[in-house]
Amino acid sequence: MSTKQKDIQIPDFRFTPTIDKVGVEERVARIQTRSIKGESKIQGMKMVLNMIDLTTLEGKDTPGKVKQMCYKAQHLHEAYPDCPTVAAVCVYPSMVKIAKEALGNSNVKVASVSTAFPSGQAPREVKIMDTKFAVEQGADEIDMVISRGKFLSGEYNFVFDEIAAIKEACGKARLKVILETGELVTLDNVRKASEIAMYAGADFIKTSTGKIQPAATMQVTYVMLMAIKDYFNKTGIMIGMKPAGGISTSKLALHNLLMVKETLGENWLDNHWFRFGASSLANDVLMQLMKSKTGVYQSGDYFSLD
Amino acid sequence: MNKNQSTKWNLDPAPESAGHVQLKTQYELFINGKWEKPNSGKYFDSINPANEEKLASVAHADENDVDKAVKAARHAYENVWSKLSGKERGKYLFRIARLIQEKAREFAVIETLDGGKSIRESRDIDVPLAANHFFYYAGWADKLEYAFPNRPVKSLGVAGQIIPWNFPLLMAAWKIAPALAAGNTVVLKPSETTSLTALKLAELIEESGLPAGVVNIVTGYGDTGSAIVNHPDINKIAFTGSTNVGKMIQKAIAGTDKKLTLELGGKSANIIFEDAPIDQAVEGIVNGIFFNQGHVCCAGSRLFVQEGVAETVIQKLKDRMDTLYVGDPMDKNTDIGAINSKKQLETISKYIQIGIQDGNEIYQSNCALPSNGYFCKPTLFIDVAQSSQLVQEEIFGPVLTIQTFRTVDEVIQKANNTPFGLAAGVWTDKGSKIFNLTSKLRAGVVWANTYNKFDPTSPFGGYKESGFGREGGLHGLEAYLG
Amino acid sequence: MTRLSVLKTYKIYIGGQFPRTESGRYYSPLDAAGKPLANVCLSSRKDLRNAVVAARKAFGGWSERAAFNRGQILYRIAEMLEGRRSQFVEELMLQGSSEKAANQEVDLSIDRLVYYSGWTDKYQQIFSAVNPVASSHFNFSVLEPMGVVGVVAPQNSSLIGLVSTIIPIVAGGNTVVVLASEKLPLCAVTFAEVLQTSDVPGGIINILTGTEKELIEQFGSHMDINAVLYAGDTAENYKTLQVLAADSVKRIVKFKLNPSDETAENPYLIQDFQEVKTTWHPIENIGGSSSNY
Repeated sequence: MSTKQKDIQIPDFRFTPTIDKVGVEERVARIQTRSIKGESKIQGMKMVLNMIDLTTLEGKDTPGKVKQMCYKAQHLHEAYPDCPTVAAVCVYPSMVKIAKEALGNSNVKVASVSTAFPSGQAPREVKIMDTKFAVEQGADEIDMVISRGKFLSGEYNFVFDEIAAIKEACGKARLKVILETGELVTLDNVRKASEIAMYAGADFIKTSTGKIQPAATMQVTYVMLMAIKDYFNKTGIMIGMKPAGGISTSKLALHNLLMVKETLGENWLDNHWFRFGASSLANDVLMQLMKSKTGVYQSGDYFSLD
Repeated sequence: MNKNQSTKWNLDPAPESAGHVQLKTQYELFINGKWEKPNSGKYFDSINPANEEKLASVAHADENDVDKAVKAARHAYENVWSKLSGKERGKYLFRIARLIQEKAREFAVIETLDGGKSIRESRDIDVPLAANHFFYYAGWADKLEYAFPNRPVKSLGVAGQIIPWNFPLLMAAWKIAPALAAGNTVVLKPSETTSLTALKLAELIEESGLPAGVVNIVTGYGDTGSAIVNHPDINKIAFTGSTNVGKMIQKAIAGTDKKLTLELGGKSANIIFEDAPIDQAVEGIVNGIFFNQGHVCCAGSRLFVQEGVAETVIQKLKDRMDTLYVGDPMDKNTDIGAINSKKQLETISKYIQIGIQDGNEIYQSNCALPSNGYFCKPTLFIDVAQSSQLVQEEIFGPVLTIQTFRTVDEVIQKANNTPFGLAAGVWTDKGSKIFNLTSKLRAGVVWANTYNKFDPTSPFGGYKESGFGREGGLHGLEAYLG
Repeated sequence: MTRLSVLKTYKIYIGGQFPRTESGRYYSPLDAAGKPLANVCLSSRKDLRNAVVAARKAFGGWSERAAFNRGQILYRIAEMLEGRRSQFVEELMLQGSSEKAANQEVDLSIDRLVYYSGWTDKYQQIFSAVNPVASSHFNFSVLEPMGVVGVVAPQNSSLIGLVSTIIPIVAGGNTVVVLASEKLPLCAVTFAEVLQTSDVPGGIINILTGTEKELIEQFGSHMDINAVLYAGDTAENYKTLQVLAADSVKRIVKFKLNPSDETAENPYLIQDFQEVKTTWHPIENIGGSSSNY
């Protein structure tokens, strides 16, 4: 268990707060009626760009593909004045070294998935080795997956201990815990898994691997944000949030951002505390920014695909 | 500082356009399918409560005008409407529903300009529900014999309908649609502060080709309403408004054969148990009391929180209140718009003063209010006594009282300890507890794990001094059949 | 040798007890020949108040009884009435009915009790609704009794008028305070004796004798009466009732039917004293093809 958790009493995870799904849907729908226009839209999109973890997690990934993505990560922002870079690139452990070298001295971080991503179906020792390998290769952040099978069969202590063990293996790297909410099925489970992850030592909680649908719906993200808020109110510790998978338009990203503002508040509007796991979102944000600048609707042909 | 007005990221104003809206400078009375000047020659101003600017002049109907309207309605009833088949009546109503949908945005904008409610609510709630209400009752018009088994279908005649200012178009729909479906004709009076959407509805009805005199709309103050109530040739009175006026109407029609339905005030309890889905309950509290600036007869204005979660709930509620956008009703992001009138703002302010003087703990949203217009900060009073005026009387504004409780019995008793009985909310994860409470709370509508939901199929109306009769659904037909 | 018969003292019925009126007053209704029938209690406003207290106390328990059980109890009243039919026939004849008419009235009254005993667990099914709202909620409306209901019984009927007005109200779970016919009060008091020997818990039906004129204002203004059924025939009293009722938004219903007619038995007379309660609850749609989660 990490040092920060020393004085915190671990709750009984069988009795986490219940969630009413219809109420969550209504709350999210309210946020989605918000109109984000003009300067606030441009400012919001810049923030979104700055929070993106540019991601490639394919079996067919090659050093070439990863290098191209890293190049894009460093130059994307040049298309538009005062644009920030993306937050990080997210790759498999085998690609960490290549990404690290390709990014050089830039402030773009390297995140690596680990723990037998995406299924997590491996013995704990393997997961720990997987994590340590990624960290040794230079990963700044580790995106682990929880054992959903164990969670669904009620073995919350197993899930908790595993996260704590991986946290220890992370060393200085920040740990993002992927709940894979599409497999947890209910929002009650999402809430419970969020609490287990935070109390076990997560620095971030993350919705999905991107391999399972549905992924980062606003409903799921909302429930996780409220879990973070309650955890913060109890412990004073800030936890980061990363919706991943399914957020491909600027509009959806902006509504996610507004949701963060209306739940956790402004302190979380920063890529240290909030990330988008996405691959195609960056291009859409750029297109929207260009549209704002020129007043002309844009075509995908003018924005690089990698 | 308003927590909305952050240093990091603020939303730009997003005003809804009013460019496509057609408003006349002066409105006459809609009688017998024609626009008639008022007998007195008098007009009053309809004001935008968000900036205190005049929107239009509206005719003030007197007894003679009402008499003319009733005669037109009677003539239309005897000669046209009662002779028409249910199918044809229904088709007119379907047509009206469709026309409202076509002009939805215009209605929403006028509703917001005239009444002060946020454009989000008039666009997403009031106007669609009004259209849906016509659509729902349109379908009943030729199926009435299925509604009440073994009872012959008989319309009543001329219905006099008086509606309030909190949901102007929606209340007009609630009144007109079932009346017409059941074969009656109508004389309707909107509130003097919010006549414009009813008058736009009259224009729409004109456009629909509805036979002249089936719907008559007379604008004016209480004296106009009283002329309707006391008119000898009216068969039914339907009133939505304050309990005091409801009692006056009940007295006024004593000894006559007029059928009466009253939808009056409320002081509804919203009850949060320890095992509730707390974050959704907080949303329900907010929606319960701050919806439409609290100008809602069924507003969840008395919050009861079980002691074990009281602190958490109140903290979350305060946090949530600080994220509400209060201000220009025409801004698409506004959650809480303008108080409907200067008079109402004074009433609300009076109660807030009473609450402060009584020494209750007060919390108000951390927000700046516009300098013009009538606005009120969302307000909580914490640990208020059951005997307090704030708990006993309807405030009709964004003011919530909070009381804590320990046991189920205690909260049922306190919740029922009021002359009103319109609505109640219950928040718990336990089904058996929900059914226990929903059956013991003396209220016409019980929202369990939700609040302030409305639907044309769902009957609405109160117990005790909250009135009698139901509007909406199959049960809403009963008020318009003999 | 003729035996001196024992005359009956006609008392009122409150909370399952037979007190005399607290006012100590009486009046003497006359028979068809103009001879006094008996000394009957002239109930006062305080008697009415006591009756309302008893009715309010009994309301919770009665309204929460299973509908089936209420039906059984109403049926039991019919059984008891059947057993004592000759007494009612006699009283009806004393009050001016022919023997044939008296027998018919008692028959009809018994049958009417049986009719409503069968409705107790059915009217809910006829008048309730599941409302298909457009949002993701389960929404249903049920009937609930209004509470304490005052009844001014028909003047021109001694038994069938009483039964036809109070039984549908009680069948629906309300409790009743009834003012019997001023001119023809005897059967009402005897009916109370039937009630007491049935399984009807005290306080559910409270029976007063006296004058409409004296008590009508109390029926109208009493803040703890939820509704009143007026079956009298005095327009002025009806208006007074309505005016006073407004102060507590009391529900006032006029009984316009002829109790001897078969149209005077229908479930709408139960529904008249029911509130409609609508309940909403969210439906959590998870899984399946419609899931957007």
